[in-house]
Amino acid sequence: MSNPSQGALAKLTPVLTKRWLSPDAWKIGVYERLDGYAALRKAFKAQPDELIALMKDSGLRGRGGAGFPTGMKWGFIPQNDGKPHYLVVNADEGEPGTCKDLPLMMADPHSLVEGIIIAAYAIRANFAAIYIRGEAMHAARRLRNAVNEAYQRGYLGRNILGTGFDLDLVVHSGAGAYICGEETALLDSLEGYRGQPRLKPPFPATHGLYSAPTVVNNVETICSVPYIVLGGGAWWKTMGTEKSPGPKIYSISGRVQNPGQYECSLGITLRELLELAGGMQDGHQLRFWTPGGSSTPLLTAEHLDTPMDFESMAAAGTMLGTTAVQIFSDQDCPVYATYRWIEFYHHESCGKCTPCREGNYWMAHVLRRILSGAGTHEDLDTLLDACDNLLGRSFCALGDGATSPVTSSIKYFKQDYLDYIEGRKAPMFGAGELVGAH
Amino acid sequence: MSDIFTEETRDRARAIMARYPAGRERSALLPMLHLVQSVQGYVSPEGMAFCAEMLGITKAQVAAVATFYTMYKRRPTGDWLVSVCTNTMCGVLGGDKAYKALSEHLGVGHDETTEDGTITLEHAECLAACDYAPVMTVNYEFFDRIDADRALDVVKQLENGERPQPSRGPRLCTFKEASLQLAGWADDRDGAVGEGPAGEPTLAGNRLAERFGVTVAGFDPNTPIGGNGNGSGPGHSVPPTAPKPASDGKPAGDTPAVGKESK
Ligand SMILES: Cc1cc2nc3c(=O)[nH]c(=O)nc-3n(C[C@H](O)[C@H](O)[C@H](O)COP(=O)(O)O)c2cc1C
Ligand code: SF4
Ligand code: FES
Repeated sequence: MSNPSQGALAKLTPVLTKRWLSPDAWKIGVYERLDGYAALRKAFKAQPDELIALMKDSGLRGRGGAGFPTGMKWGFIPQNDGKPHYLVVNADEGEPGTCKDLPLMMADPHSLVEGIIIAAYAIRANFAAIYIRGEAMHAARRLRNAVNEAYQRGYLGRNILGTGFDLDLVVHSGAGAYICGEETALLDSLEGYRGQPRLKPPFPATHGLYSAPTVVNNVETICSVPYIVLGGGAWWKTMGTEKSPGPKIYSISGRVQNPGQYECSLGITLRELLELAGGMQDGHQLRFWTPGGSSTPLLTAEHLDTPMDFESMAAAGTMLGTTAVQIFSDQDCPVYATYRWIEFYHHESCGKCTPCREGNYWMAHVLRRILSGAGTHEDLDTLLDACDNLLGRSFCALGDGATSPVTSSIKYFKQDYLDYIEGRKAPMFGAGELVGAH
Repeated sequence: MSDIFTEETRDRARAIMARYPAGRERSALLPMLHLVQSVQGYVSPEGMAFCAEMLGITKAQVAAVATFYTMYKRRPTGDWLVSVCTNTMCGVLGGDKAYKALSEHLGVGHDETTEDGTITLEHAECLAACDYAPVMTVNYEFFDRIDADRALDVVKQLENGERPQPSRGPRLCTFKEASLQLAGWADDRDGAVGEGPAGEPTLAGNRLAERFGVTVAGFDPNTPIGGNGNGSGPGHSVPPTAPKPASDGKPAGDTPAVGKESK
């Protein structure tokens, strides 16, 4: 395996991930020795509004997929409204391919706790919750331990560090539902209901948890906060691009030599990221990939040099999403990949709106038929027609996202579909066999 | 129902309710469903009635929630819930084969339990561990980078009454004990939080940075919060001593001036 080039290495920006190399950084004593809770002390010397201004200044954009400017989101919280405010951290990490928040919470849970205290102070919230997906029991264990330690050390609870600021923090385990990552479904779930999205507007900034002003932020977003408080907005902007500043944890998986987490300057290209990951596995050629999870349209080897930032990915007809870079090779079938993802959306559709509930059900059936060798040419039209009825017509972005693998795989790999339909490729499974069906 | 749920369980239910702001006790419902699952191994009609009674809501309201979420089991679940990720990435890298091997070995399909009631098998959707693909979990503890043989090994150990060692955590606990953790109770066995460093995929980028001496420059923790102090240092430094890239067909055009951001 050859070494990465200097150009690729220069894209590495170990900021949020740096402490991960210290095996016990999840313990509060070690965390404190590694500058932990220094940002909190510094933040408490500033006014809440100054912290919101700092976030705006840094250009930090949400790491949960949509890239909404964090400072602006915090600034939407009405002040002096006499209502309680809430901070909710989205740790539901369920978008297929995404695997950055769990290792972050495992290795460095206190950086999340510290970021939460600073963010809560800035938006004047006295209650915060981390909604973590139920299956992530190992990370929840570390988080609960960190929260307990933080209470014991006086970073949480009443009159934190003598400032008069109070904050309670709850770790709330979900129960297995991808849709609960959607922020309003998450809020309903956290209130003890089925996790189904709410109509927007009103937005969580005015009517969030318990109908009160609420900020919902992703784990990585909140973990960025202490570093920005310490290093400043100008420093943050030395990384990334003008409109997508900062470091970002790229998670590369699949047919590469060294899959894993690579924190890089926003805007790194796939070519560079592949170099960092040691290249493709022997005998595998890059065929298709997702830039940010299954809800972001597939790209191909044509896009090796497209910068992976919010703007450039949009210009390439896809989205940066969660920077979950899933790499598939010439030995992987894009039709099968699409089928499995659609089974996922079908299973995870919350059932609230017809286009998504019915559309995914039918798309899964049609894809299965194609893979069983019983597909017809009309099936491709049926799929595209279903996507037309989903995109922009679904109640929430889960339905929109489901169209991404379908339309992009038909766009780039129509021949693969035709090979099944016209009998050039052996059926993937018999008609009765339901892979991944629940 | 009163004998199923002891006073200790009631106290726990009340402790869960106390975590949320006054008047917002309904937020306790999800953890409380994990709690009843820790008693019975699934969410039974009595379990739902218990939650309804504790929260002062109807059984129908509880049922509507309990049936929505995958992790609440409607039928008695084995001591060992074996979940194999068969979402796309794990599936193509061997998860599909592992699932099939387990299904054949155990003689059960998705969401079914072996006749002796000890092992429940299920497909799982992406478990946020694709860099360790393919993965499976037993009672939500991860076994990373498995293949069909390794999956069979793990399950055979369970059948023999052994507790195989998960990749990231402590020794396995039973499904009921895991449910209690999900309700918010710490596992108080020694080392339960899981000691030890993260796996290599987690550390991959860091290892490279360490090996080549890449750091982010210009970080001054005393930067004033109000000030928009421009003119910080360059974004990174890669020391010139970093090993040179091999010249074996690396793509051209990949050498912007080191130590300077491209934009
Ligand atoms: C179906 C669906 C699932 C989502 N899952 C997550 C998730 O697991 N984690 C997350 O942070 N955001 C998720 N989001 C995005 C959230 O709705 C929200 O935009 C995000 O939490 C905001 O945080 P940020 O501004 O810090 O990115 C999801 C959105 C949709 C539509
Ligand atoms: S798009 Fe799907 S997940 Fe979203 S509200 Fe409609 S049915 Fe539910
Ligand atoms: S696909 Fe299995 S963990 Fe993501």
